[in-house]
Amino acid sequence: MAGPGRGTGSGDATYRALVRPLLIPSWLVIGILMVLPVALMAVYSFLTKEFRGGVIWDFTLAAYDQFFLDRGLFGDEPPRIEWTYITIFWRSIWQAVLATLLCLLIGFPTAWFIATRPARTRGIWLFLVTIPYWVNLLIRTVSLRFLLRDQGPMNEALMSLGLISSPISIINTNLAVQIGLFYSYLPFMVLPIYAAVERYNFALSEAAADLYASRWATLREIVLPVVKPGIIAGCILVFIPSLGAFLAPDLLGGAKTFMIGSLIDEQFRGSQGNWPFGAAVAMILMTLVLIVLLVYARAQGRAPR
Amino acid sequence: MRKLLLTWVFLASPAFAEGQLKVYHWFEYIPDDLVQKFEAETGIKVTIDTYDSNEAMLAALKAGKLGQYDVAVPADFMVGIMAAEGMLDSFTPEEMPNLGNIEPQWLDVPFDPGRKHSIPYQWGSTSFSVNRDVYQGDISSLATIFDPPPELSGKINVLDSQNELLILGSLYLGIPQCTQDREALKALNDMLLAAKPHWASFGSDIAKDVLVSGDAAAGMIYNGFSAKARAEGANVEYVYPKEGHVVWMDNVVLLKDAPNRENALKFMNFLLEPENAAAVTNYAAYTSGVIGVDPFLDEAIKTSPENNPPEGITPGVFAQACDEETQRLYDAIWTNLKK
Amino acid sequence: MKGVRHYPGFLPLTILCLVVLYTPLIVVAVYSFNASTSITSWGGFSLRWYGEVFTGREAARFGQAAWNSITIALMAATTATVIATAAALAMVRGGPFRGRQASFALINLPLMVPEIVIAVATLIFFSTIGLRTGYLTILLAHITFCIPFAYLPIAARLEGIEGTYEQAARDLYATRAQAFRLILLPLMMPGVISGWLLAFIISLDDFIITNFVKGAGMETLPTAIFGSVKQGIKPNIMAISTLMLLVSVLFVTAAYLINRKGRQSP
Repeated sequence: MAGPGRGTGSGDATYRALVRPLLIPSWLVIGILMVLPVALMAVYSFLTKEFRGGVIWDFTLAAYDQFFLDRGLFGDEPPRIEWTYITIFWRSIWQAVLATLLCLLIGFPTAWFIATRPARTRGIWLFLVTIPYWVNLLIRTVSLRFLLRDQGPMNEALMSLGLISSPISIINTNLAVQIGLFYSYLPFMVLPIYAAVERYNFALSEAAADLYASRWATLREIVLPVVKPGIIAGCILVFIPSLGAFLAPDLLGGAKTFMIGSLIDEQFRGSQGNWPFGAAVAMILMTLVLIVLLVYARAQGRAPR
Repeated sequence: MRKLLLTWVFLASPAFAEGQLKVYHWFEYIPDDLVQKFEAETGIKVTIDTYDSNEAMLAALKAGKLGQYDVAVPADFMVGIMAAEGMLDSFTPEEMPNLGNIEPQWLDVPFDPGRKHSIPYQWGSTSFSVNRDVYQGDISSLATIFDPPPELSGKINVLDSQNELLILGSLYLGIPQCTQDREALKALNDMLLAAKPHWASFGSDIAKDVLVSGDAAAGMIYNGFSAKARAEGANVEYVYPKEGHVVWMDNVVLLKDAPNRENALKFMNFLLEPENAAAVTNYAAYTSGVIGVDPFLDEAIKTSPENNPPEGITPGVFAQACDEETQRLYDAIWTNLKK
Repeated sequence: MKGVRHYPGFLPLTILCLVVLYTPLIVVAVYSFNASTSITSWGGFSLRWYGEVFTGREAARFGQAAWNSITIALMAATTATVIATAAALAMVRGGPFRGRQASFALINLPLMVPEIVIAVATLIFFSTIGLRTGYLTILLAHITFCIPFAYLPIAARLEGIEGTYEQAARDLYATRAQAFRLILLPLMMPGVISGWLLAFIISLDDFIITNFVKGAGMETLPTAIFGSVKQGIKPNIMAISTLMLLVSVLFVTAAYLINRKGRQSP
């Protein structure tokens, strides 16, 4: 997320001459296997759906019409705004926002704490935070499901300690999904903030303290503006994958409501078999993400270096 | 570099067995012993992938997997749909010597008259089960799921299967399937939306596990799956509701462009042997459509309350395949329910 | 000095963070040693589920899935690392050139686009060109999304290496190829290795994209595990999970140690 970097000055004559051949493999692979498929998906979103899966090569706006316009259950009412899918998007966005905030709330103090350790132990703390991320996401989600079950170890432990008298129902709720997303992407929040805090010049805080600023005022007025790029990067790294998340809603939320991810999945692998609509939803999701990234890039561009 | 390339090619090439068979099957529906028996008898290596709804199977086949599998196991109405889509291959009676083992009532079926593409696998029903430790009251009606008593509210799992959930909902309201009647569909839509807050989760493959583990106290389920839950220690009672239930027959079909057609036929023929059909029944706890399985059946399966409904129950209905225009309405109701 | 760095409550929150991260993993690791068949009760310590993993009913299926996962990850990580190393050399050492910004965006595109979108687009692409889904399609998809993960550590490492080392070698009449092979490559090796390890784990970990582009009878460990856990968490799955956890920890520790060693040398 850091931008293309400065490179080493004007470069090296050897590699200046080889720029093209060195870059062609990555252009080819990502161009053919990523850009082309996404472009094709964009085309698909304008095609006519074939009953029960597949497409007919006739161009139409039907998929976007279905997304944005409500023509009643029988399709003969005057078009109004369709709230069904906007609601699904809104819920996914809201879940992702809550998960991001939760990550920020825990992630910032953690990153700060680690960055202010002596250099010797800092690496170990960082290592501890990153390990769970390298464990298969599916396994982590399943572990969480196991832990949170009504008769699971968490409830049993709390009950045997006498803290609660009957199990707390967390599984199959929105809260479980948020905990799952939070748990999945927490390290994404810690790392960029850590990098920002590590570069922070503590002389600024000391100057503020000399001027009788309280600790929390210093944090708010001096530290936060300086480490903001790290915070924003962390938020984006948590927000984007949360938005398209698939496992947490399915395994922890009880698959009761569509999220963006499961809505798309349903069109291709579920009962609805509406490929153009699935492609359209994916396009809209991607557009949303690109807007977020553009806003971020512009904010980065404006920020004083 | 060449070594690297060679390794690459070596790792990428799949292992070739003598003969192969690729089966696309429901989850937890065929005993491993039976697959091993088939492999030992024929020397054919069997690979099984699983799905959790007829629609998911159809979608996967349409998304490029047709031509990769030899056989699949769709339910009755889905056999009709797949035949109409041209996704099935046909066989002659000579190629299927055991065709005569099929019970007469399952031989000339409307979805495959004369059995040219399919053979019976198992048949059973879909309704719901209730954990009797949690709730002892009257459970004779589908209201137990759609308008549950307070004891069960919030502890119900329903199948994550559009087709079966909407049919049971229609039965509860007394609405015909594949209707275009506005008032009826609106009523169905409203009833489901009102029922949803009482449900804990949507899931088909978890349907048995949530009853056994106690995560759910009641759930929509298939009769055999409920019998297995009971066998695993859950005090669940499977209900044949007074409003009716869904009956289905799953069938092994020969897929078009099957890469191992000969092996597929051997497998289908193998499954029509009474002993082998009985092995499936003993494992999955449904009912086979094959003559002469009785001597091989476990006593517990033969007499299970799930397979032997009491006299005088409301008969079940088979699912119907709706046309495109009507299906769109049901799709909209489903999306509405899950939005 | 310590005053401005210290905020009350940050230590407890850090500990909370670690507890949240580790509790589910530890619980699963502990229950994988449970002798009981039921996951809900503790039946004493036992290694039976680990035996089950290697000899039990599902051993063949999981064995094949593990083989697929590991071979795909090996090939995808290696291919992606080669591509990413070339790209990093051009991006970092190539000086300013037209399309540098665009190339950077392109290389990192797989990081920006949500996974479900990549999955759907890839499925549509393979289905349109008529490429049969299977081992090859999974491998191609994995190479693609592994490139940025391999690229980032390699480029970061390369940026930290001064051009003077190679310059000195060239002054001593080393050829360009020698300067690369004998000087630059060893210097950037820690970055290359962490890039490779990262790509390897990412490939091993992927579920969503693989699930869309896998063909008949093709499973990787995550899809095989997903197939099983959907019907309920079984003790043998916990044993497999614990083993995978162990593999991940070993890999990350290796990456961490190599990186730290590399940072000390030049």
